Amino acid sequence: MSEFVDYQLKVNGVFHDVADAWLGESLLYVLRERLGLPGSKNACIQGECGSCSVLLDGKLVCSCLVLAASALDCDIVTVEGLCPEDDGLSDIQAAFLAEGGVQCGFCTPGFIVSVHDLLSRNPEPTDLEVREAVSGNLCRCTGYGRILAAVRSVQQARRQ
Amino acid sequence: MLVFLPDSLDEAFAAFEQCPDAQLLAGGTDFMVEVNYAHRRPPAVVCLSKVEQLRGWRRDGTDVVLGAGITHSEIEAPPLCELLPGLAQAARTVGSPQIRNAGTLGGNIATASPAGDTLPVLSVLDATIVVASRHDRRSLRLDELIVDPKHTSLRPGEIIVEVRLPASFGAQEFLKVGTRNAMVIAVASTALVVDWEGRSVRCALGSVGPVVIRATEAEQFIASKINWPEGSLPDAGAISQFTRLVRAAARPIDDHRSTADYRRHAVGICAARALERVLSGEAGVKTEWAS
Repeated sequence: MSEFVDYQLKVNGVFHDVADAWLGESLLYVLRERLGLPGSKNACIQGECGSCSVLLDGKLVCSCLVLAASALDCDIVTVEGLCPEDDGLSDIQAAFLAEGGVQCGFCTPGFIVSVHDLLSRNPEPTDLEVREAVSGNLCRCTGYGRILAAVRSVQQARRQ
Repeated sequence: MLVFLPDSLDEAFAAFEQCPDAQLLAGGTDFMVEVNYAHRRPPAVVCLSKVEQLRGWRRDGTDVVLGAGITHSEIEAPPLCELLPGLAQAARTVGSPQIRNAGTLGGNIATASPAGDTLPVLSVLDATIVVASRHDRRSLRLDELIVDPKHTSLRPGEIIVEVRLPASFGAQEFLKVGTRNAMVIAVASTALVVDWEGRSVRCALGSVGPVVIRATEAEQFIASKINWPEGSLPDAGAISQFTRLVRAAARPIDDHRSTADYRRHAVGICAARALERVLSGEAGVKTEWAS
């Protein structure tokens, strides 16, 4: 049996061919280097920073800790899959910009996925629930206050 | 590296027979770090994520039987957090939402880290851990399964399949100290359960020894001081002696995460606080956190 194989992954509703890939590759590596989806960021590759967060069968996970080949037959959603199709921004992305929740921007895709996950499960989170939901995402620019404000503004806008 | 994706335990056992040196992969939160940093290159990996038999849980009389593939997120949510409040509290302190969605109970046991968060709770609840191979099935206590840091008594071809625990047992608490709340490996932890019917106290210490340590002298001392019919501790000074006995039971080391002295200090405080919370009825996962 070869250690380099072809397989398919379903990402953002579309089947992608992963060709001649080493079976030890993480999902993060395959997304970025093989499938041309660089939205998920590569920082720590040990699950500490959350910048590679994706949804795997609807569950928020760090794609660096998923063996890509084990995600066969799974529904994978990356930050690219959360944008509207017309290339605009989602309401969460727009709120991050409007509230100053983005500075260097490296952690932002991971936060967008985590906040999307939170608000789709719990449209009215308390402050503590928001903090807990993003506790696996590190940001070294904003101090988090403006990120929390962005979440709050999405929550309020969706209420109307 | 070959990857097996079995749909059933039988297929997983068959993969093991084909590749006896294969590494089992549950949630991947420890193993993939080692792969990403090229510290580990096993010849083959058997992924357990698609094995349905490992995923669920069931009631069995007064017990709860958890599949080894149950995630920390599932344990910290209703209804399991109500049946297993101490384990839920421990699960809630694991990593981050991302890590808790991936990491499993079976993986936490098999990794056999001295800092495994669920392990002290499994100890105080006298968990029965069921391991299976193609032709055999046996039940082990935690101290029979985890023998040394990162070493278990699992035999070649064996998989942890389920964990049996008493449901809604006594009063339970788990407390952990680290440098922050999220994404932290325990510097010291304590699980404590008071068995009102059996009139006993059980107290297990994590991250302060090579494996989970039961503070048996402290357990027996404090059980002798509790007024069982009232569920109270009339001699408030007994907590100081309990704390001293807990600290004496710990066997911590200095390492990059903390010092032995601090660990010994902290584990005593965790145990005393857990005891106070349990006796005052304030222990366990609060419902606003569990949702």
